[in-house]
Amino acid sequence: MSGESAVLRFDDVSLYFGDTPALVHVSFEMGAGETRVVLGASGSGKTMLLKTALGLVKPDSGRIYLFGQDISGLKESDLFDIRSKVGVLFQEGGLFDSMTIGENVAYPLLNQRALYKDRRQPANGNVEERVREALRFVELEQTLDKVPSELSGGMRRRVGIARAVVTEPPLVLYDSPTAGLDPITANTIIALILKERDSRNTATIMVTHRYQDGHLMANFRYNPNSGQIEAAPRNGGDSRVKTKFFVMNGGRLVFAGTQSELRASQDPYVRKFVK
Amino acid sequence: MDNIGVGSLPIVMLIGLFSGLIMGQQMARALRAYGAQGQIGPIVSITLIRELGPVLVALLVAGRNASGIASELGSMKVTEQIDAMRALGTDPIQKLVTPRLIATSFTLPLLTVIADFLGLIGGYLIANYEFDIRFSQFWTPAWQILEYNDVVQGLVKPFSFAIIVALVGCFYGMRTSGGTEGVGRATTKAVVVSSIWIFIVTYFIGKIFVNL
Ligand SMILES: Nc1ncnc2c1ncn2[C@@H]1O[C@H](COP(=O)(O)OP(=O)(O)O)[C@@H](O)[C@H]1O
Ligand SMILES: [Mg+2]
Repeated sequence: MSGESAVLRFDDVSLYFGDTPALVHVSFEMGAGETRVVLGASGSGKTMLLKTALGLVKPDSGRIYLFGQDISGLKESDLFDIRSKVGVLFQEGGLFDSMTIGENVAYPLLNQRALYKDRRQPANGNVEERVREALRFVELEQTLDKVPSELSGGMRRRVGIARAVVTEPPLVLYDSPTAGLDPITANTIIALILKERDSRNTATIMVTHRYQDGHLMANFRYNPNSGQIEAAPRNGGDSRVKTKFFVMNGGRLVFAGTQSELRASQDPYVRKFVK
Repeated sequence: MDNIGVGSLPIVMLIGLFSGLIMGQQMARALRAYGAQGQIGPIVSITLIRELGPVLVALLVAGRNASGIASELGSMKVTEQIDAMRALGTDPIQKLVTPRLIATSFTLPLLTVIADFLGLIGGYLIANYEFDIRFSQFWTPAWQILEYNDVVQGLVKPFSFAIIVALVGCFYGMRTSGGTEGVGRATTKAVVVSSIWIFIVTYFIGKIFVNL
């Protein structure tokens, strides 16, 4: 894969907050439709990996290519167009609590300039319809007129997913989507992420502290015919090949490889994330 | 709306009235020693409109609204709503800072005028009740003493303070980090820093107008 065709490429990226390392010489690339599962202790730089990828935080050194475009030196106003190709679910949710669920999900449709020419007419279909569709996707259509504080933590995550995918971006970033949720709700969230990934072949980066989440991402897939999550076929199922694991420690990418390589790792830090 | 000072109206009126009452009381005693009770109107008027009204109201609004703005924007920051705005194609400065700046620049001068007016009423009540000064004996000189310079100063100050309150509140709100604790720190910082700037700026504006 050449750097040009990669969805996302980090080239020797470093970021420090004072003396605290957030990213240290991070390099990797991923192609369209691929999955990355990012594991690592709290404070190891997982969130900053996603925020620098979006240009929300500027690295101190190194280059970041998003859809082949070098975003390292771009002005904020120039970043808006390219960000419209990336969906993001923030760790803290990032839902606007002064707006209804419907307004939250409509926000990217109404504000991302690259998506439409006339403010009232997004590229395909009308806003209301697409908001309902995205909320139906996460099975929360009935919450359209509620505000975020009226929903449970798991429901808010699902709304966050709806908002991240409503514009049908080719790359979606999920920051700790299962953190703080009970195991059942957590699995529902992962099922939604699989459904999004496999029904539209979306490139996906998922930060998590649960090895289980990564295992599901690597070995399961959404079957559009049955509408169910099922085990990927053993003989080279797509998700198995296209899913790689990253392990971060103190801002460094200390492991990058497949699930079996991860399981075989002798590094004591890496081993902590394998159960 | 409360964030921009509308909710401060009752307390601003109360503070305005009482500062007039207190000033009248203190001044009149001193003035009596020189047999100059009649000067109470001009003195209350000048002190209030030039300095006391703008500063008292601004400190109050700093306490209520620099903190309100900082905590509102601070919670948006720590829950990543500000990041979300940027990720979804909007500029938080334009969406969050500009409207607060405009609204505060409008309400703070208005609140100051109201406080000044009630302060004068307070001064008149004391003058009338304790020293038997009649309506026109108070209001005519109180009005005549005011020069163009005083009135402009009395409006330039609250306008500048409004900019301080809104910008300092937004600044500390937008750079909040460290969860809910961080929001508390940002709030306190916004009040302290904007209050300090109010005093510094009022000194320099005063200096400019004295030299004019
Ligand atoms: N705004 C900030 N100010 C100072 N340090 C920060 C800030 N954001 C993140 N950091 C530091 O950068 C490092 C990586 O943070 P982060 O990417 O959020 O970690 P995590 O892996 O838990 O998501 C941590 O040491 C964190 O303390
Ligand atoms: Mg994080």
